[in-house]
Amino acid sequence: MSVRTSGQIEKGSRQFEYLVRLGDDRLVLGHRLSEWCGHAPILEEDIALANIALDLIGQATLLLGHAGKLEGEGRDADTLAYLRDAIEFRNVLLVELPKGDFAVTIVRQLFFGVFGLLQSEALQRSNDRDLAGIAAKAAKEVRYHVRHSADWVLKLGGGTDESRERTQRAVDDLWRYTGELFLADDVDRAAAAAGVGVDPSTLETTWHSHVEDVLARAGLTIPETLYMQRGGREGRHTEHLGHMLAEMQIVARSHPGASW
Amino acid sequence: MTPTQSQPVEDPERVAAFEARVAAGESIEPKDWMPERYRRQLVRMMSQHAHSEIVGMLPEGNWITRAPSLRRKMSLLAKVQDEAGHGLYIYCGTETLGVDRQELIEQLLNGTAKYSSIFNYPTLTWADIGAIGWLVDGAAIVNQTMLAKASYGPYARAMVRICKEENFHKRQGYEIMAILAAGTPAQHRMAQDALDRWWWPSLMMFGPHDSESSNSDELMRWGVKRKSNDELRQRFINLTVAQAKAIGLVIPDPQLAYDESTENWKIGPIDWDEFWRVVRGNGPCNRERLAARRAAHAEGEWVRLAAAAYAAKQARTVSAFEAA
Repeated sequence: MSVRTSGQIEKGSRQFEYLVRLGDDRLVLGHRLSEWCGHAPILEEDIALANIALDLIGQATLLLGHAGKLEGEGRDADTLAYLRDAIEFRNVLLVELPKGDFAVTIVRQLFFGVFGLLQSEALQRSNDRDLAGIAAKAAKEVRYHVRHSADWVLKLGGGTDESRERTQRAVDDLWRYTGELFLADDVDRAAAAAGVGVDPSTLETTWHSHVEDVLARAGLTIPETLYMQRGGREGRHTEHLGHMLAEMQIVARSHPGASW
Repeated sequence: MTPTQSQPVEDPERVAAFEARVAAGESIEPKDWMPERYRRQLVRMMSQHAHSEIVGMLPEGNWITRAPSLRRKMSLLAKVQDEAGHGLYIYCGTETLGVDRQELIEQLLNGTAKYSSIFNYPTLTWADIGAIGWLVDGAAIVNQTMLAKASYGPYARAMVRICKEENFHKRQGYEIMAILAAGTPAQHRMAQDALDRWWWPSLMMFGPHDSESSNSDELMRWGVKRKSNDELRQRFINLTVAQAKAIGLVIPDPQLAYDESTENWKIGPIDWDEFWRVVRGNGPCNRERLAARRAAHAEGEWVRLAAAAYAAKQARTVSAFEAA
């Protein structure tokens, strides 16, 4: 490893941190979606949800791989995914919550999908060329994800009494986790100032207008939750993440140093 | 389908003309005349095949969340997704014979339809994902390569497409096994254990011996099947024995021996009692597999009702608009 000044280390570790946030959001959500495979309400949704999960895990693999390279400590995407503990994960709480019923899954996909789309569109202009490339590919994929979830929100909101109630409940339950998407700290501000990343707080207004438009068309309302949960970016997670990782990491951790 | 399964009386001249077409290697298409028995046999085979794809998603899906690397996780997820696609594709093929998907799914859920018994075995370790790709998909390919020449056009065409993807799955499965076999002692043990458990069930996938197979004669005459169960099984054994040797795994059959005169690998006796026990519902996972399908169907009921209600409302809006 080359000798670096403290300023470079600081800059490098902030960018690493920024990329890990992007990667973890997508890895954890992709994993949650993959839990549907074989258990979806219709065969077409087994296929669609698996497709979206594949896109997200693919994006996460590229992002974590890029983060690992930048860190220069020999950690690749698999090491970062399989050998970190819950407190080292940097995803938002929204994506780690259990998959719930189909309404919870779809509403979460809408919430995160619109965020991911705005973020990817902005990151296409990153002066980190690798990140810009990953984001350009992701933006194309996520455009489809948003269409898929928005279509379903309309169907569920406008379907039967039961589907409307379930979907409204999902909106009510998940809304308190949306504020965290837009919280900006030093890592985000430094990434934005360096032209590498985007300050998430700048996406909030557009996110609200997109999401609220879909919810309004579906006849759904936004709850008056004043308090927004947070903590994921600092490794302060819900209890659910540990269980998810226990399952995800068991084989990899049971055979240290093995190849697969 | 007609509720009665009595033998239909067919016009012998039409049957003769039909059989002549099949004998000449012509493809039978949905609008062509066909004997009722032919149609029923195809519905039986195609729906069993589609159901097998759907139930087959469960044992492999069991390991998606525990796959040991991101690449393995993605290829397994993509594989199980392919199976859903195959199921959908074959259900659509079956609809060309006048049965709808809903009806077939109903038969799967109420336990009257069959699916491949192999999926009633549990996946206990990561190596089972390798073994299923290598052996179960390998056996399916041998069978489906033959079915790709079946006389019924839509089925044959579906098989051509599905075989391409299955070949990819098989290569992935074999690669998983090869890596495990060459890995740490624990990984090697895991691979051998998976081969020990999946070998005999995968041989049973070809069905009973020719002397015991009730449907075979008619299916061969009508060009639905082109080779017998035993011929296909032998082909699979010959292919697989060499592959096991190449990666240092041992086929769990002390009687396995090469016969110079026929150039075939001869195996010991298959435990047909086990085969029939699993077919009749007493395999290790028969109840779990059906329960999982029923649960997914029941839990998804409200979603399907919502989609239908929404579509109906949209249709009313459109027709109101057009009437205005």
